[in-house]
Amino acid sequence: MTSHSEDGAPTMNIAIASGKGGTGKTTIAVNLALSLDDAQLVDCDVEEPNCHLFLDIDMEPVHEVSVKVPVIDEGRCTLCGACTEFCQYHALVTLPTRVLLLQHLCHSCGGCSLVCPSEAISETARVIGRVERSTNPHLSFYRGLLNVGEATATPVITALKQAAENEKAHVRIFDSPPGTACPMIETVTGSDYCVLVTEPTPFGLHDLRIAVEVVRHLGVPIGVIINRDGSGDDAVAQYCATQNIPVILGVPHDRRIAELYSAGKPFSQHLPEWRDRFRDLFDRISQEVRR
Amino acid sequence: MKQLAVISGKGGTGKTTIVAAFAALARHAVLADCDVDAADLHLILHPTIEREEPFRGLDLASIDKDRCIQCGECLAHCRFGAVTDDFDILRFTCEGCTVCEYVCPTHAISMVERISGMAYVSMTRFGPMSHAALGIGEETSGLLTTLVRTNAREFAARSGRDLIIIDGPPGIGCPVIAAITGVDLVLIVTEPTLSGLHDLTRVLGLVRHFGIPAAVCVNKSDINPDITDSIILQCAAEDVPVVGVLHYDPAATQAMIAGMTLPEYSEAGLSAEAAQLWTELVRMLAR
Repeated sequence: MTSHSEDGAPTMNIAIASGKGGTGKTTIAVNLALSLDDAQLVDCDVEEPNCHLFLDIDMEPVHEVSVKVPVIDEGRCTLCGACTEFCQYHALVTLPTRVLLLQHLCHSCGGCSLVCPSEAISETARVIGRVERSTNPHLSFYRGLLNVGEATATPVITALKQAAENEKAHVRIFDSPPGTACPMIETVTGSDYCVLVTEPTPFGLHDLRIAVEVVRHLGVPIGVIINRDGSGDDAVAQYCATQNIPVILGVPHDRRIAELYSAGKPFSQHLPEWRDRFRDLFDRISQEVRR
Repeated sequence: MKQLAVISGKGGTGKTTIVAAFAALARHAVLADCDVDAADLHLILHPTIEREEPFRGLDLASIDKDRCIQCGECLAHCRFGAVTDDFDILRFTCEGCTVCEYVCPTHAISMVERISGMAYVSMTRFGPMSHAALGIGEETSGLLTTLVRTNAREFAARSGRDLIIIDGPPGIGCPVIAAITGVDLVLIVTEPTLSGLHDLTRVLGLVRHFGIPAAVCVNKSDINPDITDSIILQCAAEDVPVVGVLHYDPAATQAMIAGMTLPEYSEAGLSAEAAQLWTELVRMLAR
């Protein structure tokens, strides 16, 4: 996934993920992007994107995201049932008079069309979401949106990353969805570094362990940020120490930060000392990547 | 029998903390932790596992290198990018569609059974609990979520309990859909932040899409009273009842660290507010 910046240096791709939701991924991603001179921010939480709420920007559409679904030509269909038999997702049902497609179960694998002995199945595109980008020159920002009611975020994230990577950048920051399943894996795959944001609580620790296992499996180096530091206990810090995972930043449990966040204000722009701290964070990440 | 699902759209609003409180307050309930990806309810309820069943997800393609002639048909046909240039299968990426097996001219590809997780039926100090753990990087979380709910329903029928309380995952995708399908009431726990407000709109859209009755509770409401008011106004405009306005309380974290539900930890503050919220939900479910 290496792309390059304008001067030919390889882009540094940083994913900001977590296991638990609500730990502060977007907070970190936005503040880090705004504190650097030429970072591109990509909001991969296509189910519930939030980065734009902190940015003073306008968005324009890039393209829609669609998946392929089968179309059955009833004139050619002999109701043999081969497609229904083949589909691993039970998305096709052979009824007495026609074949029924359950669209939301379809994984767009193309198998039914391949196995149909009567060439009765073709494919059409079904729109499931869209990719957008900012129009403002001072920040390159891309986001994706999964249409409400659609089941699978992953194809939107894939399309979003491709669109973002078409534009050169020195640093690309990916705000990941919560959790450790396919949408997060799609976001983190191919990154040079993964920041895992957690809170110092039992839920935070439990979900962090799962996230660490996933990201290690992906072969991406990890650094942890402890958000709301001081609000819980030190089990997360101890875990990181025993696992040799660097804690690259602690954001204290501070009501001012919570209130600024609630109002959609990036705190690095309102609490001046934090801009430098995010720039230092980037230097730390760069060091870790070079290691 | 009634089913209540607690979701949020945005992560970290307090679903699991609130569900744990409900577990302590409810009389005849079965708990279902439907956040199979990052399940946390067990950290408070400490279930004793009575039955565990492996969850078989989608099969995994496997290439026999001795038969493989590297023709590339599998690579060309795989829609998910699960076949590498060296003709290895990426476990996290393979969606078990069997197209590669079908197109391989030398029958070098077979589908192997894949255990994607474990489903558990357990007992807690408050009653039965159905939960699960999805394997690292595994897909089919929607199917496993459905299994957790099926197990909860069976347990409820067996033990004569008439309410299932579901702790849902964040987001609006397949796992959430599987957690809320067919429930009697969805409680959306939100927070008074721009992010919470934005995500509430989308999750309300989802609940509406599936025609399920919803109620909203604003957690940590004192962090931003203006946005709390905005949420209350938006809910009024959309005819969605606001059944609780809760205040930030460090007891939530302290109770979690102590492995206790809020009602076990204290009687005042957030614990008292959660009890009031529960009373209101019981009333709504009885209608």
